Amino acid sequence: MSAAGYSRDEIMTVTAARQLRNGAVCFVGIGLPSAACNLARFTHAPDLVLIYESGTVGARPRVLPLSIGDGELAETATSIVPLPEVFAHYLQRGRIDVGFLGAAQIDRFGNLNSTVIGDYARPRVRLPGAGGAPEIATHAREVLVVMKQSPRSFVPALDFRTSCGYLTGGGARRASGCPGAGPRAVITDFGVLRPHPDTEELELAALYPGVSAAEARAASGWPLQLSAALETLPAPTAAELTALRTLEARTREAHDRPVRIPLPAATRRLTEELT
Amino acid sequence: MRLLPLAEAIASHVRDGDSVALEGFTHLIPFAAGHEIIRQRRRRLHLIRMTPDLIYDQLIGMGCAERLTFSWGGNPGVGSLQRLRDAVERQWPQPLALCEFTHAEMAVAYQAGASGLSCALMPHYVATDLERQPGAAVKMLSCPFTGRPLAAVPALNPDVTILHAQQIDREGNVLIRGIVGAAREAAMAARRVLVTVEEQVDRLPAELNAIVLPAWIVTAASIVPGGAYPSYALGYYPRDNAFYLAWDTIARDRDSFTAWMQRYVLGVHDHAALLRTLGVAA
Repeated sequence: MSAAGYSRDEIMTVTAARQLRNGAVCFVGIGLPSAACNLARFTHAPDLVLIYESGTVGARPRVLPLSIGDGELAETATSIVPLPEVFAHYLQRGRIDVGFLGAAQIDRFGNLNSTVIGDYARPRVRLPGAGGAPEIATHAREVLVVMKQSPRSFVPALDFRTSCGYLTGGGARRASGCPGAGPRAVITDFGVLRPHPDTEELELAALYPGVSAAEARAASGWPLQLSAALETLPAPTAAELTALRTLEARTREAHDRPVRIPLPAATRRLTEELT
Repeated sequence: MRLLPLAEAIASHVRDGDSVALEGFTHLIPFAAGHEIIRQRRRRLHLIRMTPDLIYDQLIGMGCAERLTFSWGGNPGVGSLQRLRDAVERQWPQPLALCEFTHAEMAVAYQAGASGLSCALMPHYVATDLERQPGAAVKMLSCPFTGRPLAAVPALNPDVTILHAQQIDREGNVLIRGIVGAAREAAMAARRVLVTVEEQVDRLPAELNAIVLPAWIVTAASIVPGGAYPSYALGYYPRDNAFYLAWDTIARDRDSFTAWMQRYVLGVHDHAALLRTLGVAA
């Protein structure tokens, strides 16, 4: 927590939530994207439609899920569809407005790596891999990226391209026939990067209150350009902070509740005899 | 369908060298069956699963697998799978060959396998580095109608698919409720289907459009209450998110991993005993 009365994580989540318009259909990833989408749902965007890749369509979780397939998502969804359907009928068919992605590495054109650090065959660090990201990056009408900035994660060249942003920039993505428009914003712990309209190179478009452009540039592995219209973002409102903290407190409480599985008497007896 | 004790079902249906898909997307992961495979010390398995999850981290760390087909290999909401990382980065306890897809590709690969097709088709726009690896599974072709580029994903047909489900009826029909992932497709694609269930009932409470595997599709079934723990069974028990967080620490170190497996999996004779030893059984 800073002197400002909120943490960088909090303003990052609030800023990500503000990017979502009410009524949009979002394909949501776990972690900060899920926190941002649900914060938006509890504040300015009550009719946001959340689709998690586990096939839960129209989920309205009361607590944040730890995994993409928590029971909370299933129990609050409008419908649950088999996994091949969520990718084919919803994503591939072009029915998703906003896809939310994170990654281990991003380059200046918003291409993403979530597969390996080092060589693919002999990686220094094996990361979880693609999951739904490549198709989200391709098919969602627009993409929001949420990532903490550091020279290790904002790199001049990716070790591996898992998901496409603007490829080499300057219209390369459009020329490839990719149906979605690509990353509209990258929300970091310093501010927001947006693509330059012509070159499509990500540039610093907005900073959080009290953060300097020099700090943000020092946390980038490529020479981060400043937008001509660089602005300062408003701090989180009291209402946004309360909504976020309430949601997180409810989540902590739910995740700490111990799981107890009642075993049928027959199984219990058998176990007692044998152990 | 034959109703068998789990140890017997695994002994008679999973062989060394088999391709085995334990499916269930975050929900209904057949942990009890996976642990039994570890207890019976199966070797050289080709493990297939969209999200390897903790159960494949355990099978890989215990040296049961020589190959992994997957599309996202992390601990959901927590981070990496430490045993999977150790196998790929440092070949411990043995080398692990990877066949890697995206979720969308792997879902259609199961669908193709379930439909008697040799491959599935997807629209193709931009090559990812996954497709550029030597021996990449996905191949390109053009649509015979529009000329547009398509990606062909080879069908997946596991020797054995193992699922966990909520209920089985007296005839052996199996009901799967909640998040189903690609469980149905993986079952229909397989040569043999093993199912563990929470309970047997006289009649399935199934809506007309429910996902029910007919008894004659299921090769063998076992009644294993709590069989998906630490994942969950909707309507029975929730996901143990605290355990998924704790696993990151247990699995980070080879010795603490081996000690945990020794105590809770090899050191007990079945899943009910594991749940009791962990203090989860009520």
